Amino acid sequence: MAKMTVENTFEPLVHDPQNVLEVNKLKKYFPIKEGLLQRTVGYVRAVDGISFNIKRGTTMGLVGESGCGKTTVGRTILRLTDKTGGEVLFDGREVHKLTKAELRALRPKMQIIFQDPYSSLSPRLPIGEIVGEAVREHGIVPKEEFNDYIDHIMSECGLQPYHRDRYPHEFSGGQRQRICIARALALGPEFVVCDEPVSALDVSIQAQIINLLRDLQQEHNLTYLFISHDLSVVEHISDTIGVMYLGSLVEFGAKEDIFRQPLHPYTQALFSAIPVPDPSSKMNRIVLEGSIPSPANPPSGCKFHTRCKHCMEKCKTEAPEPREIEPGHFVVCHLYDSEPERKAESAKAE
Amino acid sequence: MSENTKKAKGGNYLSAKESRRISKQNRKITTAMEKKYRRKRVPEAEYLTKMRDEKNVVEFDNLHTYFFTDTGTVKAVDGVSFAVPQGKTVGVVGESGCGKSVTSLSLMQLLQRPQGQIVSGEIRLNLGGKAYDVAKMPMEAMEKIRGNQVSMIFQEPMTSLNPVFRIGAQVDEVIALHNPTWTKKQVKEHTIEMLKLVGIANSEGVYSMYPHELSGGMRQRVMISIALSCNPRLIIADEPTTALDVTIQAQILDLLRGLKDKINSSIMLITHDLGVIAEMADYVVVMYAGRVVEKGTVEEIFTHPSHPYTIGLMASKPVINKRVERLYSIPGKVPNPIDMPDYCYFRDRCEMCVEKCAGAYPPVIRLSDTHEVSCYRYEDKEGK
Repeated sequence: MAKMTVENTFEPLVHDPQNVLEVNKLKKYFPIKEGLLQRTVGYVRAVDGISFNIKRGTTMGLVGESGCGKTTVGRTILRLTDKTGGEVLFDGREVHKLTKAELRALRPKMQIIFQDPYSSLSPRLPIGEIVGEAVREHGIVPKEEFNDYIDHIMSECGLQPYHRDRYPHEFSGGQRQRICIARALALGPEFVVCDEPVSALDVSIQAQIINLLRDLQQEHNLTYLFISHDLSVVEHISDTIGVMYLGSLVEFGAKEDIFRQPLHPYTQALFSAIPVPDPSSKMNRIVLEGSIPSPANPPSGCKFHTRCKHCMEKCKTEAPEPREIEPGHFVVCHLYDSEPERKAESAKAE
Repeated sequence: MSENTKKAKGGNYLSAKESRRISKQNRKITTAMEKKYRRKRVPEAEYLTKMRDEKNVVEFDNLHTYFFTDTGTVKAVDGVSFAVPQGKTVGVVGESGCGKSVTSLSLMQLLQRPQGQIVSGEIRLNLGGKAYDVAKMPMEAMEKIRGNQVSMIFQEPMTSLNPVFRIGAQVDEVIALHNPTWTKKQVKEHTIEMLKLVGIANSEGVYSMYPHELSGGMRQRVMISIALSCNPRLIIADEPTTALDVTIQAQILDLLRGLKDKINSSIMLITHDLGVIAEMADYVVVMYAGRVVEKGTVEEIFTHPSHPYTIGLMASKPVINKRVERLYSIPGKVPNPIDMPDYCYFRDRCEMCVEKCAGAYPPVIRLSDTHEVSCYRYEDKEGK
């Protein structure tokens, strides 16, 4: 069977012990198969060359529209799906090169909290079993301490010990999300991917879950990758932020820098689209035309050029490279190609 | 075995006997109501009524909508009163399960029958010249109003369009039904005009497409065009942007705002996003556990939120460029809808309780001409 080749060149990373997670030019392509022989006719480029790293004990927020590949990044990092190219270093070890036994040993260290607490809990298992199954499997605590340990984890996440014998359908959305958090936390992870943990919840419940996540982070020195489309939530919880568009990071930096001075036109549009709960502030909104292009057939050059109001000739043919405007603040845009400081100033004045 | 009986006695679970008794009783109530609703050729005089204020499109007056379930009666809407003025947008906000959607479904007569029933109260609908009481209207008469004078945009554009019919056919259907004298050609022309109005550039092409060929934002545009196609007096938008991305949400909100001025109808906007409310609404109604706890103009609600629930709701939402160390979270949870307390429903979660709160449900207190709140803390401030 003819195989389409995927370009896969990158320089291997040098591990920095400060970082829990280092992602280098990560790619995940899903093949599109067609015809009688199920030949691969193309690829959906869900994640297309993403690089970032997360320091121990911090939270990185990953924002973007639906379909931009946020969730695929999270799943590929945890090796829930296999990568197409690039590398993922967890504590300096390449996750995708581990053997089955090594990966199994690593699993308790990296956990995930899923978006929908209604479908991510088995309806046929009691809560104690949902939380405790993996604990027993991985032998986290000795047998005689098992019950106390589960009770302890559950109470840390705001659940009562008598909830252990109940089933998921007896709980509300917020409590189910607490169960999901307890399940992830019970294994004593270092790194947790939070895949839109609050978007299915009400505002007041959202606040409870966000506070819980922050408390647990401080207590256990956890590292989070917080995936969300809600910028106000991401701003509240993150230390660094990456903005994704169509499988690529367009801007990456510290939270303060990005919110003080969003540089990429997409980030600016995204920020101005958030409704502000204050009727007196009627700001000039940048409304993006159209919708996100198909990742199976992304636009040439800069992927954002079809919707960008600053689009230049260059953008249509040449893909921009990441550029460091301030220390630690990267942007991928031709606007900042020459004289980065002056351009940044003028964008700020706008 | 002993475990089971203990649970039954604890009150968390109903015994089979009790459950049977309740469902038998429910059937009696709902069958009578259904019979009344399904009558044919009902004289108009029976549901004719008068508006309290001719400038309003809809007036909800002490509306009670109950669901008769096998575990007990759920008072989903329990005495809701507010009005939607002509040409204005009224935002209804509250957590899920507080009765926002049931209020709007009562107006459309789209409640889950036979369990869901309007038990008492009036919904006065202004049709220009005359007014109908929707709560008393039979099915036959309602079919002429629904989609014509009042129409609805649903939350999920993915599920509210039929996947097996083309977009054109789905918009045509509404127009043809309410304009029986029109020819097919006229209907199609009007449909394409409507699709253009909601900002679909390739309207002729979209006319013959299926819903799966469109993106979420485009589908919501189609839903809006269906809702607008008969020039309704009132559009109910039930969480129109919840399922959409922020950038698409901005597009749709822009569109709704522009269209409201173009066709001069009122919008009843149901959402849990305070940001959307602040941007779109002229008046705000805050609901909690089936009751209105506070209502007023958008400035009043956002600058002087009065009810502890409104204050808590505002504090619990993270806001861009406003740093807080810890988000406020309202303690506790919404009371069980089957077994509501007889004091203020919010008392158990309220941090500003006064002694009086243990008494009867607080009355409506007017803080200004437009601002009303149900809370004892403002009793002495009335009228100021």
